[in-house]
Amino acid sequence: MSVASFTSAATVDDALAALAAGARPVAGGTDLVVGARQGKAPLPERIVAIDRVAELSGISELDGALHLGALATHSEIATHPLVRERFTALADASAIVGSRATRAHGTIGGNLMNASPAMETGGPLQCLDASVMLQSSRGSRWVPVAELFGGPGATTAQPDELLVAVDVPAPAEGTASAYVRLEYRRQMEIAVVGATAAVTLAGGAVSAARVAITALAPTIRRVPEAEAALESSDGGEAAVAAAAAAAAAASAPISDVRASEGYRRAMAEVIARRAIEAALARGRGELVPIPASSGGTG
Amino acid sequence: MKVAATLTVNGMAYPVELDPGTSLLVAVREHVGLTGSKEGCDDSECGACMMLLDGKPVNACSYLALQAEGREVVTVEGLSAGRELSPLQAAFLQHGGVQCGFCTPGMLVSATALLADNPSPSEDDVRIALAGNLCRCTGYDGIVKAVLSVAR
Ligand SMILES: Cc1cc2nc3c(=O)[nH]c(=O)nc-3n(C[C@H](O)[C@H](O)[C@H](O)COP(=O)(O)OP(=O)(O)OC[C@H]3O[C@@H](n4cnc5c(N)ncnc54)[C@H](O)[C@@H]3O)c2cc1C
Ligand code: FES
Ligand code: FES
Repeated sequence: MSVASFTSAATVDDALAALAAGARPVAGGTDLVVGARQGKAPLPERIVAIDRVAELSGISELDGALHLGALATHSEIATHPLVRERFTALADASAIVGSRATRAHGTIGGNLMNASPAMETGGPLQCLDASVMLQSSRGSRWVPVAELFGGPGATTAQPDELLVAVDVPAPAEGTASAYVRLEYRRQMEIAVVGATAAVTLAGGAVSAARVAITALAPTIRRVPEAEAALESSDGGEAAVAAAAAAAAAASAPISDVRASEGYRRAMAEVIARRAIEAALARGRGELVPIPASSGGTG
Repeated sequence: MKVAATLTVNGMAYPVELDPGTSLLVAVREHVGLTGSKEGCDDSECGACMMLLDGKPVNACSYLALQAEGREVVTVEGLSAGRELSPLQAAFLQHGGVQCGFCTPGMLVSATALLADNPSPSEDDVRIALAGNLCRCTGYDGIVKAVLSVAR
């Protein structure tokens, strides 16, 4: 099927009108257009380009909370000082997406709406309690990132809804986070297995913890059993081991060209442990370079 | 359906008529007529098609040409001053960074983007910046040396 219509939206209202008329949005095209080139799915019949909508771009801060326009690119996110300092797991994730070119054009909105269970930013955003604003000509609503993912490649958004922004609340004092993926090479990769941890330390103890697994279930999801193993612990070896084992136990991986189910299951514990250790180390003030996955060389 | 558009490539405006699904690579090679950029994989794996879009590297094979309207596109043809090679291009020749030459236009474009952002990259910075560009001939060493030789 060839593309029958292409429009370029100048405003959110333009984009919403096009979506209401049945068009699909394209931002950086690094999933939509690449997928079509790979033969995964043809280009949509009607396309509305949203990459020029100024209202959708930019990263800002309000009282310690982070506001990402849907068009914030991975390179903008990974280099943003506030993201690196306070929302570090998200910087870890965006810093390792694809290549330099992928990061220059790939957006947070496209990453989330593509809804791959192996995508990088979903774990960090869930552990940091992020929500997205979905808007259509019918109105707008906030949806927690955890509730946005409906299954592999599927979201709970309606076809006429545009993801407008991602908001991440200010993390509690003493919170540190990390995202680690198993990768076969440092760039041009997507998580074979991934894990996110966010921990809040108070007086040497873990007062709150979040753990999420990536590429280990039909959707990226948090693991409450792993979080419980860390909470109220001293964050020592035994607690970390118990949490990592819980993350592995909650995994239901698939076999595909990139890894077998058994290998993914075995690596789940290792990667979860590394993510938790990196978050704890950052919480204790130790330097863990961004991205945590490759020793800071991304 | 064909759409009339104007693409600005290496500072020149080119009127074109495109199917909306046309990639930037096909538009530049076949409609504009600049064939320096190459098609290796056609799905964002190899970097042979790399161009600059408003100064940022883009896999032109997988980018819709119509999204580039009103933006500045630079291809390998735009890196030299006429027949005068840029210092980076000359360094590629000097350091054995070119063998069959198929990857070279994309390598030069990616390296130009890196040096514009970071004029003093480390070897690791260079390798990371060129990770989206595959070369099956040189083993990369000559390419990395060439880029480092023009770093400040
Ligand atoms: C070589 C390569 C390597 C990659 N590596 C990684 C990786 O390591 N990790 C990773 O997570 N991803 C990776 N990706 C995937 C991709 O780059 C990212 O998911 C990127 O963030 C997608 O953003 P985009 O703007 O390009 O999306 P697009 O392709 O423009 O859109 C993707 C989907 O989202 C929809 N959409 C886009 N924006 C909106 C919006 N605002 N509201 C509603 N729907 C919207 C589109 O209709 C489409 O269905 C890679 C891609 C390539 C080509
Ligand atoms: S031809 Fe575009 S990346 Fe290979
Ligand atoms: S010189 Fe032949 S592919 Fe690089």
